[in-house]
Amino acid sequence: MSIKIYIPRETTSASLGAELIARAIDTEAKYRNIDIEIVRNGSRGACWLEPLIEVESAAGRVGYGPVVLEDVPDLFDADFINGGKHAKSLGDVEALPWFKNQERLTFARCGIIDATSVSAYESLGGFAGLKNALASDADGIIQEVLDSGLRGRGGAAFPTGIKWRTVADCDIEQKYIVCNADEGDSGTFSDRMIMEGDPLSLVEGMAIAGLAVGADTGYIYLRSEYPLTQTILNEAIAAATDAGYLGSDIQGSGKNFTIEVFMGAGAYICGEETSLLESLEGKRGQIRFKPPLPAIEGLFGKPTVVNNVISLATVPVILEKGGKHYAEYGQGRSLGTMPLQLGGNIKQGGLVEKAFGLTLRQLIEDFGAGTATGRPFRAVQVGGPLGAYFPDELLDTQLDYEEFAKAGGMLGHGGVVVFDDSVDMAKQARFSMEFCAVESCGKCTPCRIGSVRGMEVIDRIVEAQNEEDRESQHIVLKDLCETMESASLCAMGGLTPIPVMSAIKHFAADFNKGELQ
Amino acid sequence: MQQLAGPIKYQEWNLDTAQMSVQEFRDRTGGVMLALNKLQQIFGYVDDSAMPMLGKVFNLSRAEIHGVKSFYHDFKSSKPGKYTLKVCQAEACQAMGSQKLTEDIKAFLKVDFHETTDSGDFTLEPVYCLGNCACSPNIMIDNETYGRVSIEGFKTLADALSKEAV
Repeated sequence: MSIKIYIPRETTSASLGAELIARAIDTEAKYRNIDIEIVRNGSRGACWLEPLIEVESAAGRVGYGPVVLEDVPDLFDADFINGGKHAKSLGDVEALPWFKNQERLTFARCGIIDATSVSAYESLGGFAGLKNALASDADGIIQEVLDSGLRGRGGAAFPTGIKWRTVADCDIEQKYIVCNADEGDSGTFSDRMIMEGDPLSLVEGMAIAGLAVGADTGYIYLRSEYPLTQTILNEAIAAATDAGYLGSDIQGSGKNFTIEVFMGAGAYICGEETSLLESLEGKRGQIRFKPPLPAIEGLFGKPTVVNNVISLATVPVILEKGGKHYAEYGQGRSLGTMPLQLGGNIKQGGLVEKAFGLTLRQLIEDFGAGTATGRPFRAVQVGGPLGAYFPDELLDTQLDYEEFAKAGGMLGHGGVVVFDDSVDMAKQARFSMEFCAVESCGKCTPCRIGSVRGMEVIDRIVEAQNEEDRESQHIVLKDLCETMESASLCAMGGLTPIPVMSAIKHFAADFNKGELQ
Repeated sequence: MQQLAGPIKYQEWNLDTAQMSVQEFRDRTGGVMLALNKLQQIFGYVDDSAMPMLGKVFNLSRAEIHGVKSFYHDFKSSKPGKYTLKVCQAEACQAMGSQKLTEDIKAFLKVDFHETTDSGDFTLEPVYCLGNCACSPNIMIDNETYGRVSIEGFKTLADALSKEAV
């Protein structure tokens, strides 16, 4: 019997040489006349251990990582195909504290199975949610999602069930399910990970959403920076269609649902839902006024569910195990689990899925093990480029939508970017304005012009010759930020002041250095 | 860390080929985006002469087509180098020294952003997040992402790719 060797086929591992390693293992096995079967799984999320290779032998499933090309002959010499000891041995990967202390619901299968195999997906509970949904009716499905307390994981945290109910209540024949996979926030990669590691969960979630609201057409709007994701998603959609979980007459139910992957073309603003819809219609990605909400008038003016990848990929487990089961995780109004992404200057970066309520300090210190450079921690930005910068004093804030709002931040899509003490926070604040200027859609003045003026004012603050000048520029910046916050049409201009003002509030000294560092 | 399949072979701009290759998108959702992405893939850029042609195909004005094309960073107006090199400028990579890496890459290749090296091998572009933030700093060459990039590693890679590009 051949021995199964799991080698991730996803962006993180590939970016660290996994393709060459896979080829080398295959060649070496043939040369040594060893019968192996290479399975291409996704990433389990321990990016710091990638490429993480696992062997399924008589001794169970054992891991080795991070593997580099030069390790391959050594691994064979150490008899890794039978779980032999090697400097890169990790033993049972799931027993590592990093994994053991997580609570994986959405990412339960991610990195464990061949990402595009329907049978492997089914063997771990896949499509059980869709089958329950088919046996239920639209109201029943929506009730489960409402009971779960699931809120939009894209960043806005709007209750998913209420959005679905709104679309379901529209008495119009043509409706759409649109998955927002334009994951542009720096520091976030959970969408990519699940789409590369367990794409069928997204497929299943979208099909369930279609049943719930009465839509037969779905689009995944994917950012162009993710070409490998596109390939894997298309393979998964084809496999699901072949197995009768997509297409016409799903599982003999008489219901139809199709999914098309639609590629963006490099525009951060297309992650904003109305801009995304414009782009999907083939237009400039300029945002629309709201109301009308996309749930009432969305794609081509029809009722449209626009949900983030993680929201949709979480639906199958809710339908499989029940909304109440999901709601047992988390606290207050932040129910369930949150896939957090640890990135930037962090020793053990990757994806941590955990019930809401964990503190930022536990995440950075216990899971992340501090900075990658070994220098002292200085700041953390949570929630992407529009999220607040927090200093050490705020690290005991709980990861929870309401707790974060109280501390002046936002959880957003769960991206956590760590900086060591070499960071210049005035430069980071300036970058927030610069990024807004580069990526603004240009429709509203506070965002389009305000961001450019913001850069200029921050330059003047930093270069001010005396306290009086500096103080007067601070007044201008505060005023500008208030205008952007209250008068911008969407979150891009409206939230850019958050990182800027939080940097000033918590790291004021960095703005008095005379020049950007 | 080199694992590239070799440079993408872009075709020379040809309006007839362009017109034929976009016909299938005429009645598709977001057809203009699909068409522009397709032309970008085939030729490496979208020539200005495509504007009236696309206008006819999609029953839109030239101005509307130009408006879509100019909105997105990916749609280029001139032929890129053999490789398109994107260096991440976003926060997670900044935290791991991407600004210094960017400066070093610019100095090594002797180009600024949106420029092509004299050899014609590399066109340098900024990018804001490649979704590999736990392994920063990141760069992308054509369709492949490279993580934890150092300037030394980059120089080795660039030299190897330049040889391959000949």
